[in-house]
This record gives sequence, structure tokens and C-alpha cells, in this order.
Amino acid sequence: MLKITIGQYYPVQSPIHRLDARMKLLCTIIFITVLFFIGNFLGYAFAAVFLAGMIKLSKVPPKYLIRGLRAIIFIIFFTAFLNIFFTAGGDVIFSWGPIQITQQGLVNALRMAVRLVMLIIGSSMLTLTTTPIQLTEAIEFGLSPFKKIGVPAHEIAMMLTIALRFIPTLMEEMDKIMKAQMARGADFDTGGLFKKAKSLVPLLVPLFISSFRRADELALAMEARCYRGDVGRTRMKQMKMRFSDYQALAVMGLFFATILGIERLAGLWGVW
Amino acid sequence: MSIQIVNVDYTYSRGTAFEKKALNNVSLTIEKGEFVGLIGHTGSGKSTLIQHLNVLMRPDSGSIIIDGEDIGADKSRLKAIRSKVGLVFQYPEHQLFEMTVYKDVAFGPANAGLDADEVNKRVLDALAIVGIPEELHQKSPFELSGGQKRRVAIAGILAMGPEILVLDEPTAGLDPRGRDEILNQIKIMHEKLKLTVILVSHSMEDIARLADRIFVINHGEIVMSGTPAEIFVQTDALESLGLSSTQSTYVARRLRAAGFDVPEDIYTVDAAVSAILKVLM
Amino acid sequence: MEYIVKTENLVFEYQVLPTEEGGETQREAALAGVDITVKQGEFVAVLGHNGSGKSTLAKQINCLLLPTSGTVWVKGIATADGDRAWDIRSSVGMVFQNPDNQIIATIVEEDVAFGPENLGVAPAEIRKRVNGALAAVGMTQYAGNPPHYLSGGQKQRVAIAGILAMRPDIIVLDEPTAMLDPIGRREVMDVVKILNREEGITIIFITHFMDEAVQADRVIVMEEGKIAMEGTPHAVFSRIDELKAIGLDVPQCAEIGLRLRQAGIDMPTDILTIDELVEAICQYK
Repeated sequence: MLKITIGQYYPVQSPIHRLDARMKLLCTIIFITVLFFIGNFLGYAFAAVFLAGMIKLSKVPPKYLIRGLRAIIFIIFFTAFLNIFFTAGGDVIFSWGPIQITQQGLVNALRMAVRLVMLIIGSSMLTLTTTPIQLTEAIEFGLSPFKKIGVPAHEIAMMLTIALRFIPTLMEEMDKIMKAQMARGADFDTGGLFKKAKSLVPLLVPLFISSFRRADELALAMEARCYRGDVGRTRMKQMKMRFSDYQALAVMGLFFATILGIERLAGLWGVW
Repeated sequence: MSIQIVNVDYTYSRGTAFEKKALNNVSLTIEKGEFVGLIGHTGSGKSTLIQHLNVLMRPDSGSIIIDGEDIGADKSRLKAIRSKVGLVFQYPEHQLFEMTVYKDVAFGPANAGLDADEVNKRVLDALAIVGIPEELHQKSPFELSGGQKRRVAIAGILAMGPEILVLDEPTAGLDPRGRDEILNQIKIMHEKLKLTVILVSHSMEDIARLADRIFVINHGEIVMSGTPAEIFVQTDALESLGLSSTQSTYVARRLRAAGFDVPEDIYTVDAAVSAILKVLM
Repeated sequence: MEYIVKTENLVFEYQVLPTEEGGETQREAALAGVDITVKQGEFVAVLGHNGSGKSTLAKQINCLLLPTSGTVWVKGIATADGDRAWDIRSSVGMVFQNPDNQIIATIVEEDVAFGPENLGVAPAEIRKRVNGALAAVGMTQYAGNPPHYLSGGQKQRVAIAGILAMRPDIIVLDEPTAMLDPIGRREVMDVVKILNREEGITIIFITHFMDEAVQADRVIVMEEGKIAMEGTPHAVFSRIDELKAIGLDVPQCAEIGLRLRQAGIDMPTDILTIDELVEAICQYK
């Protein structure tokens, strides 16, 4: 149960790893936006090649990425499945009673699946190549323009940091409590939905109590170390954009332009 | 009858980059009614080993046989085995969850499917042994002191009616008074309830006080075993494992080096005092 | 300024909510008139049971709690002076019991930087301090690691580094070894002793392990919110009967010395270490 590797930081040195986190965040947002502009398979093919190039450049083993995908394969299939059965229009390929599979349905299903896979791989590229702390700083930076309208950018980033810091600790704790209750004859596997939900009480109550205790102690420790929010705070690591970051931005711009171009041409030529 | 651990191997995260061998061909036998100490520092494999004893973990290879039964063999026997082998985790008070002390202790026996009368009897007996007075039974376990919480948690295991009691660092984080209370109660459980006790600790003093026999585990292997006298005398070997003997052992050793005729297998204050008096008087 | 920390008739009470309906809210004293003085550069151990008031005392020194009555002075500043809390906290570092619940960042060096960042220290200076602090506790090679892979002793050393980077005059350690194994305990103790001796940092070390208290310059034993004993380790640990009555541990050597004395053998009354005991016995050779 502790093996969710999707998007977990992969520590190697690569040109992608070295990019400024803020730039990577921006590029990821661009990439995801671009995905929604793509309507035909030539565009998808180009985006896939682009993504493959980025993966190669990042030195993250594709196997690692694919293993991460396994965890959400169900969601991908489910989305594709819905599209197959619930899209009307186009030639009917197969029908059985009220169920009809149309050509349009198949195309839509495939398109959704490809889009979802690329979306997940694309966004996990960000987390795979960026340490959580850099990512939080990027998010804080990204949110800082909204401080004026009352968005607590610093607090959100601090909260994310603490969450990231405590995920492994709490997972370990959950594992321990689960085992301790199993040693007292608790059964987390069998029974109907109601029984299963009820069997979670001995797990969740101690976990809540321990989280509150930790929060209390952590707050005290932070106060003892003179934390008072964003007041007069400095940062050890200053984020700095370099030439390579602007290169990355240029590459993303060209990628966007190419996709738009392909869409345009595909429209003219009538390719789907 | 006894606990037999036969050639047990266990590796964490097998086949990944985080692979770590936790138990390496561990074999040992514990007789019924024995009080055994298991010593090793953090990461030595002692916690992994004891989780095998009630099938919370299963060996990659090898087997664990309790009273002639291979405990990993039959899934339908799982509950029975977990009742028979009571496992008290480190900081067991973290597993408390019920509204009252009484209900929390009743959780185990109720899971075992016992009838209400039997559950009631078990709960009252268990709470009596750990010295939780009746006026606390209907209190929330979270209102109790640290030492009391821990005793309630231990009662929760005792109420399952185990024949074997395994305790992982039961005194961790307690002050000397709390520690002495718990150790005395464990002694009572061993003597009065005739439980086989396996006490995991890194406190040599605790182990010296209670255990008949000691196993030392390091890097997933049993590296030393014997009576306390046999183990504590090997101070150099213990130190090379990041452990140490009791101060009394060191005193005896120094006195021998200074030419006094004191036995070398001393590990308690009592033994040290009487040996020194013998040579001085 | 003679004393770096001084308390005068320090009382701290907290409210105990009624356990039964209609019951009265009671006030219980965690500290019932405590007077202590700590000199600059001293290493003071505070020994006592859970609930003896020793942790409450620690929090008073760092302004995390304020006196109900009486006064706490840190470097001449009264903690009750609300405006000066930050000044006090920046010169009194605090290490807590649970190593997991005081590390904030996901990378060791980022966590060490947290304190000086809060103080608004310039980035280049923070970097210098972080490197220095990690070196002082012997954790340089773990600077880029996530904290959850570290052992308990290593986590506590990171916590100490995080305090050091704030350049404190005093470090208060509230049972920093209670959750550690013997190796971890030794690691923490060694670091603390070095900081005291080489950096001249004043140490207030709260513990219930007598073998740690033995290593201090001075021991204060607390019981029921009051000071029960105070003096050098030799002076305090020779009062074996009193310590036992409180329920605290006594070093085995001290106890062997006492028992030999009771058996009629002439022994010094303040034996504490193996060396001292062996030397005393060797007189009879």
C-alpha cells in the first residue's frame, strides 16, 4: 500500500532538473493547456514525440514513469470505457441490444485516453524533476501576485511543505497502527461496505489523535524558532532564472506554435 | 511445547532499489514459560522478527512453528494464532481509540468472538493485572497519564488471553517510576499467568533484571545467545555491536584486572556487592 | 550580568477542567515557587519525573509559557515583557523530545535554515551558518537528504543544528533523548558536550536518565513543581536514599559504594563513576 511512486522526485542531474522550478511550473501549465488545443492525431503524435524528447532529456527512466501509470490505469480505462459506450454519432460498428459502439465513440475514447496519459506523464515530469521544496517555492511565487486580493501565498506554501514533510511519517504511523490493531484481531479486509467502514474506526481515531498531537508539537517548535509567518523572513536559497530557463520557455512557445499550426493544416486538409 | 523459528529470511522492498535484508537465516527456539530478552539496536531486525511471530509479516523462506503448528500455513487459523501470541508494539498507547478504557480493552476479546460474560471477565482481569483501578474503567483513555495509557494498551493485549506475550520496548519514553511499574507487572504476568515472555529492549539493565535467556540480534542475524551471565561477560563483543554491559559488569572486570578475585560473570548490583564483600572481608 | 537565566519564586498554574458535569474548574500548580540561577557557559541538568514540572520550566525559559507569578529573566530581560519574546527566543534555542515533530522542511539543510530565515538573516550568511551548524553536529554529509530516512539520533542532531544556526547563547533541551536508542542518546550527548565546552553555549538539559545528568556541571532535581535537590553530580548522587524515595535511578556504582559502606567498609560517600569505585576498593588491596 505504500508504493505510490507516481510523480515522486527522481534524484538525478539533468538539464530539466536544473531548470528553475518556476519556469518548470509555467512550462507544465503551457503543456497542459496545449493538450486541450489538440484535436487530431497528428497533433497528438507530435506532442508525444515532444514529451518523449523531454523524458529522454530528464534522464528519468521511462520504466519508472510507466510503473507510476499503473496505479491509475483503472481511471484511464474507465474514462475510455465511458466514451466508447456513451458517444453517439458516426458509423455503428457493433451493437448488442441497447448498447452501441460507434466509430466516433472509439475515436473519442482513444483521444481521451491519450490525452489523459500525456497529461499525467507531463505533469509528473514536473514533480519527478523538481524537489518538493522547490515546487512549493514556485507555487508560492506563482501565487504571490494574488496576495493583494487576500490569497495567503506564504501560508499555502508552508502548509504544502509540512504536508510533504509528514506524508512519509504518517504513512509509517498508519502502517504501525494497522498492524497493532490487527494484532488485537481487527479485520480490515473482509465484510460488507458498512462493516469495512466501521473497521476503519480503530485506525482513523488513533491517526487523528496522533496528527493533532504532532501539529501541536510542531507549532510549538516553529514558534520556538521564531516563526511568525511571512514577517521579515528571508530565504537561504534564492531562485534565479538563467539563460537555460529562457531557452526552455522559447522551446515551449515553439511547441505551442507548432501544435496550432498542425491543427490549422489538419483543418485545411481534413485529417482527423 | 515451544516457539521454533527455523531458517527465516525476510527482505524489505524486494526487487527494488530500496531492497534491504532484514532477517538472514534466523533460527531459534524458545521453550514454554521462558522469559527471553531480545537485544539489538534500531534497525537490527528485532521488530521485523517479532512481527513474524503473529503473522503480521510472513517469512520469504523458512517457517515459524508454535506448539507444533506452522503458523503461516492455514489462513483460517490466523485469528486463533493472534490471540495466542499477544504482540505489544512500541508506544502501544498510540493504538487506543475507544471512548472508555473498558471498551478499548474489550476490543481484542470481542474481535475474537467471545461471549459477553467472557469478554467482561477478561477485561476486568487484564485491567487488574496492570493495576488500573476500577474508577478509571469508564474514563476516556486519553485522560490518563502516559504510564497509565501504556498499561491500558498492554491490558488490551492481555485480555485476548495470550499464552505468549511479546513486548517491543515496553519502557521506551517512560520515566524510572513508570518503567519500574511496567517491568514489575510484566514479571507478574510471567510468574502468575505462566506466560512465555519475549522482551525486546535496548536497555541492558531491564533485560538483566528479568530475562532467563538473551538473544542478541545484529544486521538480521542472531549473533549471540545465552544466559545473562554468559552474555554480559562478553563486554567487548557487545560494545562492537553498539551495545554495552551493565556498570556492575565493568566494575567486576576492572577489579579482576586490578588483581581481585571476583567472578567475571557479574551483572547486577547485588552480585557485585556480595562478590566485593567476599574478597574484602 | 551575573546570571544568564534566573527565576525568582516562579509559579505556573494551569486549569484542570472538571471531569464531571457541574464540577469546579481547578487550578493546579506545575511550578510551585522555583528559584534557579544559571551562569553563562554552565551545563545544568534538570532531573525529575514526568509531571515534576521540568518541561514546564523549560518552556518558561523560552517564553512559550509565561509565569502565573514570579519572574523569569533571560539575559536580564523578563519573559513577561511581551515585546521582547522574539529577542529571548532568538537567544534561547529549544530542542524537544520527539525528533519527528520538530523538523519542518523536507530537506535537512532547508530545515536548518528555517530559524535564521525567520530572523531575516541575509541569504549568504544563512548558507554559511547552515554549513557551520551541520558540521558542528556531524551531519554535513546528510545536508541534502530527506529527514525521514535519518535515525532518531541523527534527527535530533539536525534539530540541534537548526538551533545553532540561530546563534543562540543558551540551548534548552527538553528530554531530547527520551525516544532514542543507546547509540542515538550517546550521539546527542556528545554533541551537546562539545557545544558547551568548545562554543561556550549554556546548556539546560532536561532528562530522566541519571547517566546523562552525571555528565553535567550541576544537577537540579525537581519533584512536584519544586526543586528537591541541587548541586554537583557528586553531591546530588550521594544522596541515594532521597533519590530512591523520589523514585529516580541511582548510578550502579554509587549504589554499590553505598551498600559496601553499609556493610561496614570505609568508602567515600560520593562515589559516582567506575573509576572512583575501583580506586576506593583498591585501597584495601
